[in-house]
Amino acid sequence: MSVLVGDNTRLIIQGITGKEGSFHGEQIKDYGTNLVGGVTPGKGGQTALGVPVFNSVKDARSQTGANTSVIFVPPRFAGKAIIESAESGIDLIICITEGLPTMDMVKVNNVLKNLPARLIGPNCPGIISPGKAKIGIMPGFIHEQGEIGVISRSGTLTYEAVHQLVAVGLGQSTSVGIGGDPIIGTTFIDMLELFAKDGGTSGVVLIGEIGGSAEEEAAQWVIDNKFTKPITAFIAGQTAPPGRRMGHAGAIISGGQGTADDKIKALKLAGIHVADSPAEIGITMERALHS
Amino acid sequence: MKIHEYQAKELFRNYNVNIPNSYPAFSVQEALEAYDKLDSETVVIKAQIHAGGRGKGGGVKLAHSRDEVESISSSILGMNLVTHQTGSEGKKVQRLLIESGVNIASEFYAGIVLDRVKRQFVFMVSTEGGVEIEKVATETPEKIIKEWINPDTGLTLEQAISLGKSLELTDEQIHFSTEIFIALWNVFYEMDCSLLEINPLVVTQENEVMALDAKMNFDSNALFFHPELENLRDESEEHPAELEASKYKLNYIKLDGNVGCMVNGAGLAMATMDIIKLHGGEPANFLDVGGVANPETVSNGFKITLSDTNVRSILINIFGGIVRCDRVAQGVIEAMKTVKVDLPVIVRLEGTNAKKAGELLNNSPLDFIVATSLSDAAEKAVSAAIGGSK
Repeated sequence: MSVLVGDNTRLIIQGITGKEGSFHGEQIKDYGTNLVGGVTPGKGGQTALGVPVFNSVKDARSQTGANTSVIFVPPRFAGKAIIESAESGIDLIICITEGLPTMDMVKVNNVLKNLPARLIGPNCPGIISPGKAKIGIMPGFIHEQGEIGVISRSGTLTYEAVHQLVAVGLGQSTSVGIGGDPIIGTTFIDMLELFAKDGGTSGVVLIGEIGGSAEEEAAQWVIDNKFTKPITAFIAGQTAPPGRRMGHAGAIISGGQGTADDKIKALKLAGIHVADSPAEIGITMERALHS
Repeated sequence: MKIHEYQAKELFRNYNVNIPNSYPAFSVQEALEAYDKLDSETVVIKAQIHAGGRGKGGGVKLAHSRDEVESISSSILGMNLVTHQTGSEGKKVQRLLIESGVNIASEFYAGIVLDRVKRQFVFMVSTEGGVEIEKVATETPEKIIKEWINPDTGLTLEQAISLGKSLELTDEQIHFSTEIFIALWNVFYEMDCSLLEINPLVVTQENEVMALDAKMNFDSNALFFHPELENLRDESEEHPAELEASKYKLNYIKLDGNVGCMVNGAGLAMATMDIIKLHGGEPANFLDVGGVANPETVSNGFKITLSDTNVRSILINIFGGIVRCDRVAQGVIEAMKTVKVDLPVIVRLEGTNAKKAGELLNNSPLDFIVATSLSDAAEKAVSAAIGGSK
């Protein structure tokens, strides 16, 4: 089993004719994801990656029945692209683009809260349900089908975690990068809710980092909702200095808030198995499953 | 991106944020000229550095005469100002702001920041002006009054009035505070700020409301909307190696340790720093070379990492996904032909074609230490740094 993406996915790519959109689009298609179309304003009627290109998401949706969209458009236009997709009735929007202005994301959130669409990202590697659908920029072939749900604020560190899981014989139901920005769509809690209901997920890996309080909120949610599946976590940035943005726009300790120590403490209080070392994420998950 | 107080106040003038008259000064001579222009017997001389706590550190002083302006300016200019935000090394003062004195009746705090939980910007005021707001937030959070801002409407008149009332201002004062609060939101919104703090915001004995200080940061992701802000960047406030790295579009932050590291991806880069520490070492830097670790980015990464003379070993940790490890290995080998690296280099490549990459590195005439796992890499990098072999 898997969540959000799988056999029912009908995907369009916003920015399909751009450099990033066409490069990653090809790999998305090669993985076997059901790609049904693309959108580039002004290029409607053309074909790209073997699928039709439309001028708008609305056209693409009405003619292909798309329910999912992945966004590769530049940061200046990405906020508008998310809103267009949500207002056109797309159910799941995955925004890979990095570098969206915060004010744009505040506006996006203001629109999305009144619509049923779910956003993943921005500034994220995307989502994959191994063997079924890959929507993003992660290397598909490092994944194996299985029963671990992975939720992460990071990109390559997620691949590292997946690689370690596979090394101890654990495949993944769905792995999702929720993004490294201060304002993101889907949160740790949203994903935990989905994994709680998914019969095909028997354990969860949660990869957090410094900045904000998403990990603390997730820990509290786990306590309040009596989430029983074993969770393993790792928090990156235990050695990060305060007041500095560590690559991701959202990875910053400010005013003493958002430290790795606080997050680790909260996660442990919720009974979550925290790996001290980033080299022990896989093995900690394996132990948690058998404890 | 941070700017100086005097630059923020120049922007304030465009938005009718009420502030005292002031002029920046880069020399004692300019400070005297500013004093002559200000027509105010008492002026405040304020050191301009990108850090708070300047007053406590001796960087903000009153002058009551032309002579005092001269003596105080010459003592502050060039001084090494140490505050709780600069670290022990402090910052050299190269710019001053000379500002008319104001008859302060009461001091407040006003600020706009992002509330990540509510996903909205929040306007905050407090009666506890002139002190560290972080302290107020932890010790007496009830003294911070907040209004969350809908991005479609902006800070509304009702919200602005309500903020003034919460400070227990008189009706006349609320008239002025409302004006200034709305003006501050307008600057914040139109300039894509990430933080705006006025500490203190004052009510004068003449019942005016004024911004006496200004701390303004911009959202780095929105700078493409405001190319003119590039002129406000003070490069002397940035670490030279970090500035250099930003020119190569590399994400580098200098730290105090001696194990240099070069990693693809920010999360993995932080995790690499963490595992160095777990193995008893200290990371010398954060460096994310981005998704594509090609010869160019790797050689630029070497240059930046080696510019830190504390570095005793370099750990390269790359998770090859869509970029194959053998390509990355080739990139590292090419880079080491162009940049002279006479420190131990520990390479850990994992992911696609990792085995082939290991063979490439082992067969190259260059001297690599090839690691088999993440912890193996950290262990080897730390022991090489302790060994100090150069």
